[in-house]
Amino acid sequence: MAPKVPPQPTLEQSTSAVDAGHGHHHAHEAPPKGIMRWLLTTNHKEIGSMYLIFSLIMFFIGGIFALVVRLELFQPGLQFVNPEFFNQMTTMHGLIMVFAAVMPAFTGLANWMIPLQIGAPDMALPRLNNFSFWLLPVAFGLLLSTLLMPGGGPNFGWTFYAPLSTTYAPPSTTFFILSLHIAGISSILGAINIIATILNMRAPGMRMMDMPLFVWTWLITSFLLIAVMPVLAGVITMMLMDINFGTSFFNAAGGGDPVLFQHLFWFFGHPEVYIMILPAFGIVSAIIPAFARKRLFGYASMVYATAAIAILSFMVWGHHMFVVGMPLAGQLFFMYATMLIAVPTGVKVFNWVATLFRGSISFEPPMLFALAFVVLFTIGGFSGLMLAIAPADFQYHDTYFVVAHFHYVLVPGAVFAIMAGVYYWLPKWTGHYPNVRLAQWHFWLSVIGVNLTFFPMHFSGLAGMPRRIPDYALQFADFNFVSSLGAFLFGFSQLLFVAVIILCVRGGKKAPAQAWGEFADDLEWSVPSPAPLHTFETPPTFQRPAH
Amino acid sequence: MRTLLVWLAGGLALVGSSQVALARGWNMPVGVTDLSGEIYSLHMIIFWICVVIGVVVFGVMFYSLFRYRHSQGAKAANFHENTTVEIIWTTVPLLILVGMAVPATATLQKIYDPSDAELDVMITGQQWRWRYEYLGEDVAFNSNLATPRAQIRGEEERGEHYLLEVDEPLVLPINRKVRFLFTSDDVLHAWWVPELAVKQDTVPGFVTENWVQINEPGIYRGQCAELCGVDHGFMPVVVHAVEEDEFDAWLVERQEMAAEEAMGVDRDWEMDELMERGEGVYGSICASCHQPEGQGAPPAFPALAGNEELIAGIEWHKDVVINGVSGTAMPAFRTTLNPVELAAVITYTRNAWGNDTGDAVQPAEIAERLAQ
Amino acid sequence: MTQSDREIRQAGVRRTIWRSVAALVGMFAFAFALVPLYDVFCRVTGINGAVDTTAQSIVHEEVDESRMVTVQFITRNGSGLPWRMEVETRQVRMHPGQTTEVHFTFSNQSGGESWGRAVPGVSPATATRHVRKVSCFCFEEQKLQAGERLELPLVFQLARDLPPEVNTVTLVYTLYPVEGKSEPLQTAGAQNKEGEEA
Repeated sequence: MAPKVPPQPTLEQSTSAVDAGHGHHHAHEAPPKGIMRWLLTTNHKEIGSMYLIFSLIMFFIGGIFALVVRLELFQPGLQFVNPEFFNQMTTMHGLIMVFAAVMPAFTGLANWMIPLQIGAPDMALPRLNNFSFWLLPVAFGLLLSTLLMPGGGPNFGWTFYAPLSTTYAPPSTTFFILSLHIAGISSILGAINIIATILNMRAPGMRMMDMPLFVWTWLITSFLLIAVMPVLAGVITMMLMDINFGTSFFNAAGGGDPVLFQHLFWFFGHPEVYIMILPAFGIVSAIIPAFARKRLFGYASMVYATAAIAILSFMVWGHHMFVVGMPLAGQLFFMYATMLIAVPTGVKVFNWVATLFRGSISFEPPMLFALAFVVLFTIGGFSGLMLAIAPADFQYHDTYFVVAHFHYVLVPGAVFAIMAGVYYWLPKWTGHYPNVRLAQWHFWLSVIGVNLTFFPMHFSGLAGMPRRIPDYALQFADFNFVSSLGAFLFGFSQLLFVAVIILCVRGGKKAPAQAWGEFADDLEWSVPSPAPLHTFETPPTFQRPAH
Repeated sequence: MRTLLVWLAGGLALVGSSQVALARGWNMPVGVTDLSGEIYSLHMIIFWICVVIGVVVFGVMFYSLFRYRHSQGAKAANFHENTTVEIIWTTVPLLILVGMAVPATATLQKIYDPSDAELDVMITGQQWRWRYEYLGEDVAFNSNLATPRAQIRGEEERGEHYLLEVDEPLVLPINRKVRFLFTSDDVLHAWWVPELAVKQDTVPGFVTENWVQINEPGIYRGQCAELCGVDHGFMPVVVHAVEEDEFDAWLVERQEMAAEEAMGVDRDWEMDELMERGEGVYGSICASCHQPEGQGAPPAFPALAGNEELIAGIEWHKDVVINGVSGTAMPAFRTTLNPVELAAVITYTRNAWGNDTGDAVQPAEIAERLAQ
Repeated sequence: MTQSDREIRQAGVRRTIWRSVAALVGMFAFAFALVPLYDVFCRVTGINGAVDTTAQSIVHEEVDESRMVTVQFITRNGSGLPWRMEVETRQVRMHPGQTTEVHFTFSNQSGGESWGRAVPGVSPATATRHVRKVSCFCFEEQKLQAGERLELPLVFQLARDLPPEVNTVTLVYTLYPVEGKSEPLQTAGAQNKEGEEA
């Protein structure tokens, strides 16, 4: 099998690319120094790095909030925080992790890797790219500052159901809405940029069905973002009007309907869940073939499955609302549609396993995380299938079973995929391999920590523990004890991740251009490691692998 | 391969033995209604389907990881698609899902049939208590958390039913179909008792319904399942299911109690009596927001102790308690407290914690005001 | 890459941007359009128990005397309105196709004029479409002077095609103040503001 990478010596290609880059492009003027360089940069790699660093910081802040929650739940009774602050912590943990950690991390990876993977010199709209990044610190600085405002920050859960988030909300809610608006604009601009890049900037000869799956999944994710972020903006605008201008969208007293909020929110919210997992599918689909030394099984069906999941995601929002009192027909429709999602998701898992089957498998750090992703994400998928059964959901709904489910999908799912991606691409970013020993420690502690934290939650939920409670009945004590231990183990292990990254930036085993062998053969591996600031100023010629 | 089979068998044995453990607080309860039993079966069927699929998929995966190790010199094959296989693993899951959807649909249809109920109970969620009204029976009461705050703070040893005990449980007859109507006075709540397999959101301004027919007498405990503010975790549900004749007797007793209470309106109450009664009402109804010492939790919940507006305006004070304040968490208590309780709690808040106004509000006065 | 390639690329990027922006504006508008659409959808299907707030005309259809349906009336007070709302009878038994009139009384117990609105709900939701209200106090906002007492009718029919499994219909009315129209409680307004600013 011929690799997709053009066979010419990569270093020369890149130097010639730099040479050819002058004259028609002003990117090579001496960049401003110090902070201004970062404030004004339009380089996709620098912006990508800023996104990734920002999301890492936010991952720790959101993690600290989670640990406050787990600390309070360590044993029955109220020990450390009062219920009011507890609610702010659960809410902020959710908001920060979803909007400030996972989403920007994927956007950061997209910024870095999409131009490299399609052979483009940069994103299509570099200045817009800079702007969308710098909106984020503003948005989340504002969101975090609400914690210090009178009445505290948002305390109504990350799903901010009305009227708890409108009529009964703390005064800081207007700022919460503003910050979400800003973050939403950032996501939307990022999505437009990614679509424009992918559709228009591909290397000559690269057809859509030649694109790496990370590019494909991000393209579909971007469409989802463009479709649903405006709906979120609409919902929070309605909230803003209900709070400040006396309208009654969600206020029963004025003829509104609180359940309408949930319909609108989950119309955004369910696709949002896939926004956080589709790019993860793309990353894992790059890593597994690389370390199984075998082409990805069923590339085309992967693309179709991703598209199918995206389309279905618009038809299943009602499964978050099985207990609000929907009519039977609605319950049945949403139950069937939700169960259907298991089919394309299953196809993906089967494809990954088929890729492993009769491969030649090695267990470098990116592969460890990708394999854990497949197993643990699938477990989250199983509990998702259970939740789809509407009658059973009457018992699962809003319990720790749901908490276990979505954390399995998001932590060893989305977050592990991001970590796998970071380990996979660190050699390209820094020119060094990550420290294997430390990465292995990070992996095993994370896997143990994640399972200790979230597996017992299945049991506490089934046994009857509702979510979002600061104190619980005594029969849930053992499960919560284990969960809290696991959470602290997982939380502190992430310091190892930071250590690996810092060490890798500063030194380590030198990585060649094609750092992970011949099956990691997308275009990014044709440029030197570390990737120079400017790449592909002369578009590479894309060579399709021979069948 | 043989090793793998041994491991698989071992794993299955382990799962089998965990069935025993599952019976004790690790799994969804089978419950005490026909439907809760059906829901439990659905849960177990889908669980075992997932287990079987998981064993197969993870079995192949771990087999591959072990068998085709690069370090053992495995050479990669060169296949990357197979239409037959892909069609099979798209259609087989589809068939399994259809098989699963059939019993789930049947159960759902049964749940959605509240016809022929013999008793109607209106369940109202309020921050942070439940109110139960037996429609047409003139019996209604509030059900508050009974666990002392000292236990929550860890100053007392926690009881067996810590956080799952109430002052007045919902009493229901067994073997009778009971229809529930749900609504809320403020935010969303969700009424949930795992043993009854009923979980239903309560939505302000809207009514939803559900039903239950309990097969066995007993005490069944649950909690509010929808985040409803600060004390969301302190809003338990307790259902006391009793034999039918016991229930009828209880209903009569409650009706007599209500009648007796109503007579209390006609007489003059001493200050001490009002204060004592008021303290009780305050503790179960008001203290969760305005705090046990009336210090409040601004900005959401204003302080009552030393509240000048309250001290100066007795009419305003009565108005706020009876009619509530729109757009805030202060509900109208005109129907949820009786005139004696209203008079007592107003008197109490006007005289406790240094609010020494000396005003004694008589139940008769409140009753007259309510009847205008 | 030649100049013309570059221009083609730029034109493509511009096209993508415009299409995306159009999609964005469309989806934002769609979110707001969902509010009335949801409303219409609910009224047509009756899924959330929200009833039509306009009068319907009586349909003269044969009364189905073989069937008895219990209709319950529940009145509830939202916070902030010093009104008493009572229904003369808490439940009636009637045949589908029959027209019934029930009286509700409202009395304003405060010293000022105020506006209220009774928000209607029906349970079970499947019955919603089959409750035909000919006249109802819930169609409009009501004004009561200080101490005023008002008796208002509800005239309604149960349609003959009421689903057979429904044998109890509950009509719930929750009384809410009309914001901005009612006078605030004597000093409560000031106190609220204080609370917000604190």
